[in-house]
Amino acid sequence: MGVVKVVEGSQAVAEAVRACRPQVISAYPISPQTHIVETLAQMVADGDLGSRYLRVESEFSAASVLAGASCAGSRCYTASSSQGLLLMTEVLYASAGMRLPFVITGVNRSISAPITIQVDQQDTISLRDTGLIQLYAESSQEAYDLHLAAFKIAEDPGIMLPVMVCMDGWILTHSYERIDFLEQDAVDRFLPAFKPLNFMDVEDPKTWGSYSEENVLMEFRYALQKSMDYAQERIPQIMDELASLTGREYGGLIEAYGTEDAEVILVAMGSVTGTLKDAVDGMRAAGRKVGLVKIRCFRPFPARQIWQAVQGAKVVAVLDANVSLGSEGALGLDLKSKLCGRPGGPLVVDFIAGLGGREINPLVAENIVDQALEAAQAPAPPWAPIWVGLDASIVA
Amino acid sequence: MKITLGAVVKGGTSVLYPTGAWRDQRPVIDHEACKACDTCRDVCPDSSVFVEDGVYYIDYDFCKGCGLCAYECPAKAIAMILEEK
Repeated sequence: MGVVKVVEGSQAVAEAVRACRPQVISAYPISPQTHIVETLAQMVADGDLGSRYLRVESEFSAASVLAGASCAGSRCYTASSSQGLLLMTEVLYASAGMRLPFVITGVNRSISAPITIQVDQQDTISLRDTGLIQLYAESSQEAYDLHLAAFKIAEDPGIMLPVMVCMDGWILTHSYERIDFLEQDAVDRFLPAFKPLNFMDVEDPKTWGSYSEENVLMEFRYALQKSMDYAQERIPQIMDELASLTGREYGGLIEAYGTEDAEVILVAMGSVTGTLKDAVDGMRAAGRKVGLVKIRCFRPFPARQIWQAVQGAKVVAVLDANVSLGSEGALGLDLKSKLCGRPGGPLVVDFIAGLGGREINPLVAENIVDQALEAAQAPAPPWAPIWVGLDASIVA
Repeated sequence: MKITLGAVVKGGTSVLYPTGAWRDQRPVIDHEACKACDTCRDVCPDSSVFVEDGVYYIDYDFCKGCGLCAYECPAKAIAMILEEK
């Protein structure tokens, strides 16, 4: 087995990226992502990593470097947060359309204004529709493992899409955790060198993302959707293959925790799911039938697996660390769109929770469960999402 | 026709797709006034001006009617005529 060390989450991610041998890394600093690319810069400077390391002048350029290097046939990587991720948006849509399989760490941080460096998932959720595959980590160990899987998922000939591994800023990136590192030999066997179908070649010039008219654009978008569908089958296989090397199982696209006989099921993604597991254990010990569905893969959205896990429940309480202003949280919207109307399905109640780093602890979780049960007893479901721990008295 | 992964196509294939239909005005060269100075060929963003036996012509399969040639022509030998069907 590999080495076990206590390291910062960012360092664990940098070690995973190094083990994947990217040929090109672009970097632009932004908190709380900075330690990842700083660590990678140190590795390159020390001669421990043979990547071309490009310090660019913006996140738009950071993403554009990945697009160009990926067209040239390189395995490549960057990381960003918050406004930085938003600045990449245009390039990410184009890269997914051009089927460029690079990997980005999306270190979650709230979006300005007001400016803050605290954590929520508004940034990566805003990239929901770009064509990125999005994976969310509960722990730094899981983030390490997801990065190893991410390159293999991205480069799978049936997928060929950029992958974003999302991890909560500070909570994961800046805390120290025991990390079990995989040996380089095992990583190399799991993830051989990238062999692109197409790459830029002066002897054989090509155009990426060539012009399309109304007769083919829908087919291109449908091809992306089909690859996302295929990714739902392929990602668990890749995760299983990795688990056979690491000995760590996470449950595939989702993890169902105590859902079998649960009346109330919490649904969430990211580091909060660790807290929620403790909360579920506490409520179970007090005789309450509560479970948790942790979403590991948000895009593609694993609706069937979620349905399997929640169909017997009375009510599903979704914790959204984001809000689609004027509507509700993105996870809540997805669950409702996929579950509502299925015979015998549970009520889905959306909670906006944890914005700007607002604490979610087991007591908060219990309160959410109480409110979800209350909503289930009401004559009709609520129209509006419930904002958790909101102090409405200070809202002008 | 099958679509390709990532809309990747071989170089040089744009000649297969005439784009002149986008044009709403066509440049017409007055060959009497033309001094063969080559300015129009130089400024055309679509490489749609060509020369045969010293005479300048427009390739209407690809000219999009931007009018740069007419605007820049020192001899005022190019007129932009409205495309009407």
